Amino acid sequence: MTTTRAPRTAALALGDDALVLSHRLGEWAGHAPVLEEEVALANIALDLLGQARTLLSSVGDEDELAYLRQEREFRNVQLVEQPNGDFAHTIARQLLFSTYQELLYAELAGGSGPFAPLAAKAVKETAYHRDHAEQWTLRLGDGTEESHRRMQLGLDTLWRFTGELFQPIEGLDTDLPALHGEWRSAIGSVLRRATLTVPEGPQSGAWRAGAGRQGLHTEPFGRMLAEMQHLHRSHPGAKW
Amino acid sequence: MSGSGDWPLWEVFVRSRRGLSHTHAGSLHAPDPEMALRNARDLYTRRGEGVSIWVVPATAITASSPDEKDPFFDPAADKPYRHPTFYEIPEGVRHL
Repeated sequence: MTTTRAPRTAALALGDDALVLSHRLGEWAGHAPVLEEEVALANIALDLLGQARTLLSSVGDEDELAYLRQEREFRNVQLVEQPNGDFAHTIARQLLFSTYQELLYAELAGGSGPFAPLAAKAVKETAYHRDHAEQWTLRLGDGTEESHRRMQLGLDTLWRFTGELFQPIEGLDTDLPALHGEWRSAIGSVLRRATLTVPEGPQSGAWRAGAGRQGLHTEPFGRMLAEMQHLHRSHPGAKW
Repeated sequence: MSGSGDWPLWEVFVRSRRGLSHTHAGSLHAPDPEMALRNARDLYTRRGEGVSIWVVPATAITASSPDEKDPFFDPAADKPYRHPTFYEIPEGVRHL
């Protein structure tokens, strides 16, 4: 454990990203296209849950933070709370997010801030997540006409949530806007190889898609939280 | 996403971190060698570092037939002249 106290806002932002995406990936259990893919998605979900636990417990009780906060208190980006959709949609979300997360953790691991120890461990996991998403983007994009169409649709649909990833986070002295260029060229090169096109729409909408860091979330998030928190709220104080 | 045509069977061989040789660990379905390798990593190595994985399409393996087991493997143990046990080891040969 690090002795430097993690800044709360930043720890919640990064921890909530990991927690919420982990929960979304967990929803694939029993529903993935093939058994092997189910294991891969569960693996990624477990990695993310581990990151979430470290981050959340650095600023409080992890269970309380996960199960007793209201929707407006969550600081995750809106991208990670988006429903799974079809497999291509999930892969698009994974590609957009894990590419960002890998860049961010690499940056944090290189620094000496309170997140450096976690980031050093997590960046390896995240590199694997990015690779997994990349492999599938290539196969779906350059697969059949139908898989290409669905992959492009997933990217187009989620694109407007990606601007938020690069908004500065309080307590995180990483220059997030500066990561944007690197992220864009990484995404661009994967999409080119996959015969897909980088979406042309704005990366945040008129109503500013992506205010998750401010606690404003999209409609599907409330239902996800209700399911995630149900048991803990029904039996307050129970131990398991 | 069904049919073994799109997702053929692969055999997985793993060498553990301090292992000397690759051992058959199991099999899995994957669309191509790269995905087979990644799936094998998830299923059979828990991503432990420092291991080596081989994946081979099951169709590339030729197995001895169980029907021919007897003529194929019976070592003819009753014919001692088949075993190199009758040689006198010449003096001075140390590493045999």
